[in-house]
Amino acid sequence: MLKIENLQANVGVTQILNGLSLTINAGEIHAIMGPNGAGKSTLAYTLGGRPNYEVTDGSVSFTTSVRAEPVDAQTDDPSTSSGRTDQTLDLLDMDPHERAAAGIFLGFQYPVEIPGVSNLQFLRESLNAQRKVRGEDPLSGAEFIKLAKEKAGLLKMDMEMLKRAVNVGFSGGEKKRNEMVQMGIIDPKLAILDETDSGLDIDALRIVGDGINSIMRKPDKAVLLITHYQRLLDLVKPDFVHVLANGKIVKTGGPELALELEEHGYEAVAA
Amino acid sequence: MNDKVLNEEQRRAEERAEMNAEAQAAADAASTYEHGWSSDIEQDFAEKGLTEDTVRFISGKKGEPEWMLDWRLKAFRMWEKMESPDWAKVNFPAIDYQDAYYYAEPKAKPKLNSLDEVDPEILRIYEKLGIPIEEQKVLAGVEGARKVAVDAVFDSVSVATTFREELESAGVIFRSISEAIKEYPDLVKKYLGKVVPMKDNYFATLNCAVFSDGTFVYIPKGVRCPMELSTYFRINAENTGQFERTLIVADEGSYVSYLEGCTAPMRDENQLHAAVVELVAMDDAEIKYSTVQNWYPGDENGKGGIYNFVTKRGLCQGKNSKISWTQVETGSAVTWKYPSCVLNGENSVGEFYSVALTNNYQQADTGTKMIHNGKNTRSTIISKGISAGKSDNTYRGLVRVGANAENVRNFTQCDSLLLGDQCGAHTVPYIEVKNPTATIEHEATTSKISDDQMFYAQQRGLDEEEAVALIVNGFAKEVLKELPMEFAVEAQKLLAISLEGSVG
Repeated sequence: MLKIENLQANVGVTQILNGLSLTINAGEIHAIMGPNGAGKSTLAYTLGGRPNYEVTDGSVSFTTSVRAEPVDAQTDDPSTSSGRTDQTLDLLDMDPHERAAAGIFLGFQYPVEIPGVSNLQFLRESLNAQRKVRGEDPLSGAEFIKLAKEKAGLLKMDMEMLKRAVNVGFSGGEKKRNEMVQMGIIDPKLAILDETDSGLDIDALRIVGDGINSIMRKPDKAVLLITHYQRLLDLVKPDFVHVLANGKIVKTGGPELALELEEHGYEAVAA
Repeated sequence: MNDKVLNEEQRRAEERAEMNAEAQAAADAASTYEHGWSSDIEQDFAEKGLTEDTVRFISGKKGEPEWMLDWRLKAFRMWEKMESPDWAKVNFPAIDYQDAYYYAEPKAKPKLNSLDEVDPEILRIYEKLGIPIEEQKVLAGVEGARKVAVDAVFDSVSVATTFREELESAGVIFRSISEAIKEYPDLVKKYLGKVVPMKDNYFATLNCAVFSDGTFVYIPKGVRCPMELSTYFRINAENTGQFERTLIVADEGSYVSYLEGCTAPMRDENQLHAAVVELVAMDDAEIKYSTVQNWYPGDENGKGGIYNFVTKRGLCQGKNSKISWTQVETGSAVTWKYPSCVLNGENSVGEFYSVALTNNYQQADTGTKMIHNGKNTRSTIISKGISAGKSDNTYRGLVRVGANAENVRNFTQCDSLLLGDQCGAHTVPYIEVKNPTATIEHEATTSKISDDQMFYAQQRGLDEEEAVALIVNGFAKEVLKELPMEFAVEAQKLLAISLEGSVG
């Protein structure tokens, strides 16, 4: 699904990613751990296409299953493979909103406030903008509300919260949970979750973990979890754990690697 | 990504070329301005320039009574001795008042019994203006559609007044000011120039001398006006100054909501628009006045555009009366406008909700005056300034509390949003309090659309312009929600259109 090769990227004049390579297949959950300043958030932003995160070398390709050709939406059943084909995109050549429409979702470490814009309005406009890029019909107000209610319920979020302005006056935990509601509504192919577990209490962590599993643990989806802590990985079992240091992956293993890190620290394990 | 931008530009250029081929030359520059088109109804011009003869011509053309002509002439003589004010933070070349026309009207003034008889040319123009759906339904004669009366001011002269009968059965008078002068001279005489005196300011005095047409509304005692009243203004003749005159009187216990929307076609030369709006609210009366203003703002290089020098003032004469101004200002090259409330009646309330958006080389100096003379009077000011391009956007507001005005309350909030780093936002509050029991609050913020907000919205799927439009509409929401529904939708679109090309 995602193939990163020798990715090098600068933020301003400083090179942060130093030849990072990583392959994520559909159906997999990967965790990236690493000390502060290793380049974890830079990786997330670079994949999202954030301006000022300048790629100087390397490539990122994104392969998803799409409709082979325009078909009647009524008869198009995404659960069957008939009429579908793999499409590989050069991610680095795309604008952020095009990457989003292709199926990439970024769970922000610090979700951003947008005063005066309700969550529902924000998500409906965003989702319909994505659908437009993909050549799909926009969701009607009623269809959207139904979808939003379902996903909010999944994350045990009150619909009243969705009527409030995006992240304005939300607690740290509420913001993170809101990111997961957004992910549920947008229904991406690949979720890159940047420290979604930080700032969550124990109950909220469980809700978020369950949310990730139910939304993203599917054969045609994949997750890249960026985290500092084992506790999220207890809930969302990764298939692979990577250690990121100095802008590249220095070690890769299974779930046991995270436990090792928790016990011995980055320095000992990554050395 | 650069290639994409280039392709996009190329595509746009091709579209433009196609359009040029089929459209008139005027459509050429119009590709970046939705309402940049013109129509070809014949004009009957007053001769160029401004003299006593011009004033007499206008008055004569309208068949006005002697007292009206005298009033105009008095204003003209006063104006000749006045000087254009220079205190606002706007710059524009001196206006040659002798190089403009002061009167134009469609040649054959139709007498209409129904909308079917409205000139299709005018209906076509309304369509292009994007008149709200509800009104289009009404225009199309859809049964049960909510009624919105459109007193169509087309090039200074009312050519269609609708729903007159229904309004009349409620006792509401809704006329062009020219008609009202003839039909209701006593009412007009009683209130014309009472809220904005003839000598008030240079542009108001000019308006008194040469006002072309406008609207008169009278809501009798205890009547809640059965429909929202709306007037569409357009400047349509090249070099024609527009001098609208509006007078709305709400008698005891009455209510009226008045909507005013403006767009203007693409023009190269600067056009002056100097309107005067006067509102009077008696005991327990309420007037809600909403404006969406989209005069041609000039091109990307600051060439052309309307000068909008407007005097709008409401008088809360009666106790418990209320006047509420809501404006969305996106157009004009230069805006000079301060819709104000004089709160004389006890417990009266003044409100000012404003969104002023400037882009490219636009300049706006706008705000309000809340003059508290009565006891227990209250006012609220919410001003949202949005600056983009190389524009300058100034909020200028006065809150004055008279010595005898006990227990006055005012709350003022001025927020400025900057797009890019070449525009300006300025806040100039004046607070004069002569009574110690007053409670005055002033809050002001200045912010930019942050990179974080932009990337967040883009990552969720919005392109750059959609993201800006969303954030700007959120910023302006407190004001937009004060607009009647059909206007709010239009206003949101207008904000987005006005910011096109201001990012990236």
